[in-house]
Amino acid sequence: MNSLLELNNVSVKFPTRFGEFTALNGIDLTVHAGEIHGLVGESGAGKSTIGAAVMGLLQSPGYVSAGEILFQGENLRLLDDDAYHRVRGDRISMIFQDPQTSLNPLLTVSVQLIETIRQHNDMSVEDARERAVALLRETGIANVEERIDQYPHQFSGGMRQRVVIALAICTNPDLIIADEPTTALDVSVQKQILALIRRLCTERNIGIILITHDIGVINEVTDKVTVLRSGRVIESGLTGDVLARPQHEYTKALMAAVPRLDKRLDRFSNIVGNDELTNSDSSWVIDGASAQYATNWLLDGKQLLKSALPENAVTQKHADVKLDEQTDNRILSVTGLDVSFSAEGSDFFGGRWFGESRKFKALSHVDLAVQHGEVLGVVGESGSGKSTLAKVIVGLVNPTAGSMRFDGEALPIGRERARQHPARRRIQMIFQDPYSSLNNRQTVEQILAEPIRFYKLSANQTQTRQLVASVLDLVEMPQRAMLKYPHQFSGGQRQRIAVARAIVAKPDFLICDEPTSALDVSIQAQVLNLLKDLQSTLGLSILFISHNLAVIRQMSDRVAVLKGGELIETANVEDFFNNPQHAYSQQLLEETPSLAFG
Amino acid sequence: MLSFIARRLLQSVFVILAVSLIAFSLFRFVGDPVAQMVGQETSIEDQENIRERLGLNDPLVTQYTRFVGNLAKGDFGYSYRTRQPVSEMILKRMPATLELGALSLIISLLVGIPAGIYTALKQGFVSNALLVVTLVGISVPTFVIGIFLIYLFGVTLGWLPTFGRGETVSVGWWQTNYLTWSGWKALLLPALTLGVYQLTLTMRLVRAEMQDVLKTDFIKFAQARGINYRSLYFNHALRNTLVPVITIIGLQLGGVIAFSIVTESVFQWPGMGLLFLDSIRYVDIPVMSVYLVLIALMFVVINMLVDLLYVAIDPRVRLKGQHG
Repeated sequence: MNSLLELNNVSVKFPTRFGEFTALNGIDLTVHAGEIHGLVGESGAGKSTIGAAVMGLLQSPGYVSAGEILFQGENLRLLDDDAYHRVRGDRISMIFQDPQTSLNPLLTVSVQLIETIRQHNDMSVEDARERAVALLRETGIANVEERIDQYPHQFSGGMRQRVVIALAICTNPDLIIADEPTTALDVSVQKQILALIRRLCTERNIGIILITHDIGVINEVTDKVTVLRSGRVIESGLTGDVLARPQHEYTKALMAAVPRLDKRLDRFSNIVGNDELTNSDSSWVIDGASAQYATNWLLDGKQLLKSALPENAVTQKHADVKLDEQTDNRILSVTGLDVSFSAEGSDFFGGRWFGESRKFKALSHVDLAVQHGEVLGVVGESGSGKSTLAKVIVGLVNPTAGSMRFDGEALPIGRERARQHPARRRIQMIFQDPYSSLNNRQTVEQILAEPIRFYKLSANQTQTRQLVASVLDLVEMPQRAMLKYPHQFSGGQRQRIAVARAIVAKPDFLICDEPTSALDVSIQAQVLNLLKDLQSTLGLSILFISHNLAVIRQMSDRVAVLKGGELIETANVEDFFNNPQHAYSQQLLEETPSLAFG
Repeated sequence: MLSFIARRLLQSVFVILAVSLIAFSLFRFVGDPVAQMVGQETSIEDQENIRERLGLNDPLVTQYTRFVGNLAKGDFGYSYRTRQPVSEMILKRMPATLELGALSLIISLLVGIPAGIYTALKQGFVSNALLVVTLVGISVPTFVIGIFLIYLFGVTLGWLPTFGRGETVSVGWWQTNYLTWSGWKALLLPALTLGVYQLTLTMRLVRAEMQDVLKTDFIKFAQARGINYRSLYFNHALRNTLVPVITIIGLQLGGVIAFSIVTESVFQWPGMGLLFLDSIRYVDIPVMSVYLVLIALMFVVINMLVDLLYVAIDPRVRLKGQHG
């Protein structure tokens, strides 16, 4: 079979002020018609750069510095800009990651489709519209005649991605580059979209390059796979061969770092080593600061709890006691929690005068308890109310009904919780996105010293500095990091700082809201290991929120499943993964792509 | 939609009340209106008489309530200076200011938007030149620009008149400049002076917004679909820059009309701004109050129009009280 696309020794360079940065280094790649070729790698591996290079849409000032890009035997690098632009959409199309942002919000779906079709075909508006309707129907959108004239925001995420796919195939291209097409979607929708891509590939005999960081997706849908790292091809071949018998160390490590759904491991294997952390910074230390100092300080005053707890907690995990019966050991419980948001705010003249406001129910009648020293995993799809639950507990969102108890006492809702309320310190939260959860205008020292000062946890300035340095040590960061600003760190390092900020308040209860979903698998493994270690040394109770079932399995003792604001199921983690009770839980488990090979 | 407009107008009543209250409490510091009205030989008793008759001895609150009450009855009062009805004076001056504001807005949009798009897309000498020249326009005070233009086109080249409205044509009570050649010539310099600031602002805003929008996924996706560049820039991208641009232009338009005082004074343009300036000089409280109320009303109306334009541009925007 003749190859559709062939990359021979392609290099891409980005000139910067500090010399040229080589984004791709001698890439060879062959894609045939009717096959899905996966590109997998971590951020910075150059996956998306390959797509952009083929499209001729490299972000300025990047350029292809060497090699040839042969598309149906024609070297695309020799085309001038006009000729290249005619190829785009017509013969090569692209699907972007986030369907929320890849459609023009101000134009209806029909306008965007018809414009694209007419751009590449000499066709009347009526004919183009007919074709658009047929395409939307083919990509699985119901009620097409009515929906075609709607705007993108009126479609759900999965439906939007179908529209994006319809736009990508509306001119009958021969090659489609799909850049993380399902990363922003829920697992159930992801499964449908992957099936759709597979079907189009087979039915229309299109070649597809599927770019993803998710080995589960690669395993599920691709025919061939190329593993990339730092702009080089590490390994390439048939998907089954590469994943079942990885030849290269990096491929093995990458696969090992993926949290497993099928069994629980004590720790994640660490692929890349903490190489980003072991640098010259380690020589800069503050007197008397060490991880041990931080641990002692954090455990100080918890002696009572500590002696009473760990054994207790351990026995709980292993004994087949029904945990819900041991109500006296609850650190946190919520009862009959209801949260609704009004869709329209009422202003001075009130929505009521001119029409009633609509309510959206984010949580309804949630009963949940977390035991001392336990990790409760909360899992659910987007919109299931996971994050709302976290916000209610820390007091960022006020519930409309229900009550909460924390460590034996009633926990006031956010509006009524005084600034000096002890729970403000004892409950801490780690957010999803480490890029927006740290103040970029403060040094790491200021960020970490703030809780110490606010809760008056140290005797003097010297001890504060000591504590900051020690806690950094505890989260495996060099102490020197305290002098820098958050933007000087990578995502994984930032998340460590966020963990340090939460820990330094001496919390008993930690809420982790998707703490690793913005991170690469290798970094995710490191951060999850860190959280596990901290949890076992400090005896923390954790509410661990994630959409990723595999991560939940690795992290939690018990699991709670949320759907549309309702609690579907709670169970011990092993019971849940071996034998989920609720139909929805079973469906979730089934739809999660995994690395289980036959 | 209608309920939205109704609610906005209702709100505007409160805005106007607030503005007039603030204005009223400031007027006592402008000086004594009676001292401006009378000659030196008027006796103190007569002055006191006038003051009593005009109600200037009443407490501020009483004066204010009287003003608002009269306003509600449609009675705008009489000018202290000319003794004409205030409504008549303002109506006569309004067309001049509105025509000046409208032309300067049109100039700033017709030049600013294309220049903004151009500078966003193309780097190079022309772009840099445009950016630098307009920077001068924004950093030099309006009256300096006005005087420079008068010197260049009025005095040195002698092409355009340096003051006044030129010949005007009456359409009903509205005196327009737009229908005579001399009117256009007289309008050009003041409109240019007034528009330069807006022009620079529009251009820079369009440029910044365009640069942001061009980085978005949907523009990259449209590019990857091979949409031609003309549609890509002028339909897909420009439309998405309009919401912030319209917000600023709307606010600025209000400012231009309300505070064209400086330009009107430089060119002796017989508009509302000049009238306001004269009124301040004579402590003509009735004219000042009505002028300020009118300006407040205009700001509210412009903002409402801007909000309605949002709906027309962005389908995601829903006004309060609107269902859909």
